[in-house]
Amino acid sequence: MSDTLLTVRDLRVVYPGEQEAFVALRGVGFTLGRERLGIVGESGSGKSTAGRAIMGLLPRSARIEASELRLGTTDLLRLDERGFRRLRGKRVAMVLQDPRYALNPMMTVGRQIAETHRTHLRSTAAAARKAALAMLEAVRLHDPARVYDLYPHEVSGGMGQRAMIAMMLIADPEILIADEPTSALDATVQLQVLAILDELVRRRGMGLILISHNLHLVSGFCDRVLVMYAGRVVETCVASRLAEARHPYTRGLLASLPELGHRRPELPQLQRDPAWLADTAFP
Amino acid sequence: MIALQKVGVSFGTGATRIDAVRDVSFVVDAGESFGLVGESGSGKSTVLRAIAGLIAHARGDIALAGKPVGRRRSKADRKLVQMVFQDPYGSLHPEHTVDQILVDPIAIHRLGDAGRRVARALAEVGLGPEHRFRYPHQLSGGQRQRVAIARALILEPRILLLDEPTSALDVSVQAEILNLLTRLRREHGLTMLMVSHDLAVIAHLCERIAVMSHGAIVEQTTAERLATSTVDHPYTQELLRSNKGFRREEGEGLCPSTPAKADPLQSIT
Repeated sequence: MSDTLLTVRDLRVVYPGEQEAFVALRGVGFTLGRERLGIVGESGSGKSTAGRAIMGLLPRSARIEASELRLGTTDLLRLDERGFRRLRGKRVAMVLQDPRYALNPMMTVGRQIAETHRTHLRSTAAAARKAALAMLEAVRLHDPARVYDLYPHEVSGGMGQRAMIAMMLIADPEILIADEPTSALDATVQLQVLAILDELVRRRGMGLILISHNLHLVSGFCDRVLVMYAGRVVETCVASRLAEARHPYTRGLLASLPELGHRRPELPQLQRDPAWLADTAFP
Repeated sequence: MIALQKVGVSFGTGATRIDAVRDVSFVVDAGESFGLVGESGSGKSTVLRAIAGLIAHARGDIALAGKPVGRRRSKADRKLVQMVFQDPYGSLHPEHTVDQILVDPIAIHRLGDAGRRVARALAEVGLGPEHRFRYPHQLSGGQRQRVAIARALILEPRILLLDEPTSALDVSVQAEILNLLTRLRREHGLTMLMVSHDLAVIAHLCERIAVMSHGAIVEQTTAERLATSTVDHPYTQELLRSNKGFRREEGEGLCPSTPAKADPLQSIT
């Protein structure tokens, strides 16, 4: 059903160190179609590194190796910085966690969105402004004309995150990577932002990678979930069946979550097994 | 153990005046664990800070251990109530070792016997002597939060105030910290007041829970009632719905071209 938009095979990211190298990703592989793919894992598991590698946003010191890293017909491994600059925003876009830090504080929200349009579509200022206003409306901000002229510090977290989604979708990318897009938001606002993201991505037939530490969120929102541990994908499952996950790490994480209506005197603590590091069963 | 009567906190004056906390009253018994939930800006952390004595201009009456506390807190008042903050990366002095961090309160309160007290506090929160002379940046997030808890406990308070103590931590570490708090409460007979936006976390640790919105308590309920969704106030019901997370309708998920059946926002706003 879904043609493949992105292919990642055996992706390794290594940071050379003075004494020993730090291996951030040790052979990650997955494909992305027109679907919502969730990547979950704890801090340090490499989920954000994977997202940044696709965007070409890793620091220069990082050594990136893969047997395949392809976006459509474009080989990302052979792309230079200029090539990535043409690609970012246009074909792959990224929504980051906190709009307060991710947006340019010196530029109004509207101008930042219009800038993306002008850069990638070579449009006139007037056309870009019109497109930005339409996009602000598409992310359901009331009174787009007013929001257009606000600076990032003048908008709430939920508004800022909608503005960032507007900015990322305005050039109509094939893939959107959302790295913890709602972790800085209140629970009720979180749902609104997810609903907007869901609707836009679905309507445009894009591929979405949702990176999150929140297992419940990912299992409710995505179609498929990759579970990462120590730089490797340890399990892939259908999102709605995350509760039936089999890997002891996934099971341990799920068990350690406090649950409403299921109060336990003590929460089971995750016992890490060194064998999980050696697990190479995943293709 | 904690009694608040019509406590109010405002910031600013005139047109820019913000009533962060309005007429908040509640009572927490000795040994009880009480939760405050609400979204950002609801005033829950401000209530905690007022109880800790960090907001001098709070109105209303606050009584701790049966004794009204005034604007100026005595050393004994301060020793009675200690606080653990949300962000273990921001609440520990980056240039002090764990040992210095823990010795400070002992020196201020002239308790003496610092060496033994520090060792005991570290053991109590599950840290070893090898952590004692490390700097915060040499510790993981969970270890830092353990240090923050040790610093609060070292004065042997009777009340522990917890401001989102696990929201900056991974879920596996969250479970460890929650278990630690459960054990400490049992062993020391601590009275706890915890603030969180996560209903499951708060219902895990607390028996009674107050729901705050726009500076006021809209409902006092119990973990039991939250679990069975038998809450009265519409705002609490909305919080419960949000906490259940994003849910799409059955069969809608797998076909990318299906237009949204209903406006998903209608049910929220």
